[in-house]
Amino acid sequence: MAEPELDVGQRVPPSDPRGRRRDPLWQRLARGAGELLVTAGFVLLLFVVYEVYVTDLLNDRQQDQLSEEIQQQWADQPPAAPGTPIVEQGAPGVGEPLAVLHVPRLGEDWSRVVLEGTAEDQLSQGPGHYVGTALPGQVGNLALAGHRVGKGSPFLDADQLLPGDPIVVETADAWYVYRVLGGAATGDYAADPSGVPGQQIVAPSDVSVIAPTPGGAEATQAYLTLTTCHPKYSARQRLIVHAVLDGAGISKADDPDGPPELEG
Amino acid sequence: MYGWIWRHLPGNSASRAALALVLVLAVVALLLFVVFPWVEPRLPYNDVTVDQ
Repeated sequence: MAEPELDVGQRVPPSDPRGRRRDPLWQRLARGAGELLVTAGFVLLLFVVYEVYVTDLLNDRQQDQLSEEIQQQWADQPPAAPGTPIVEQGAPGVGEPLAVLHVPRLGEDWSRVVLEGTAEDQLSQGPGHYVGTALPGQVGNLALAGHRVGKGSPFLDADQLLPGDPIVVETADAWYVYRVLGGAATGDYAADPSGVPGQQIVAPSDVSVIAPTPGGAEATQAYLTLTTCHPKYSARQRLIVHAVLDGAGISKADDPDGPPELEG
Repeated sequence: MYGWIWRHLPGNSASRAALALVLVLAVVALLLFVVFPWVEPRLPYNDVTVDQ
């Protein structure tokens, strides 16, 4: 845009036809660049707010819906013969709710609906069950993945789980109590004679942690494995928690309110 | 940029301020509910699964 001619005799700043002062081009460019940078900063901050808070809010609503959905499913199911394990009912389709996870150590009344599948589509709604791994109560490895930060942050404090801590899995007609491996008295994650640690940090490519027996051998016991990212806010490694089934499943018919472990 | 927008909003200062607020909220909503959900799965730091 051409600057209007400056009358040398007058002490008025240059102005456009509407009488507004115009700064030199370089000043306007510098201001524009500065505004863009400040704007970019605000957008990045807003993204952090989104990741840490907004996804939690959205996830809360999805979890509420899923919870209703799975309760409805359980209510609609013809009552299975007492003691029929979920195994015989088979895994649900990918994206369908599978079970409810209760972990008292992660907070009073902490529970999340677990979905079948570990794609982002499922993980944004709640912890996901690795397709093809064991079902609740089954011999093998019930492997679950969940977000550490954002999306409801289900496994934010998974590193706080101590040896012996209960992880309760609720299905249509039973409760299964798993316990984090290791010496409950000593707090030593590596104390289990099977050699499977209660907690470990591995490379993202280490799929042996979700093998039927963590570490790679044949299925021998009913394990439960949680995987999440590590360290927080990073995806460089994976935090892994291993637990093993404690006793047999408890039928809901006998114990509708759940095992005492739920009280924390 | 912001000066240009301000000058092109109609009305007096009060109506401009109200319109500017509406614009800001619209942009924030667009980012939160459209742009960020689209961008997020493309970023690398949200992987929580083990795979090869």
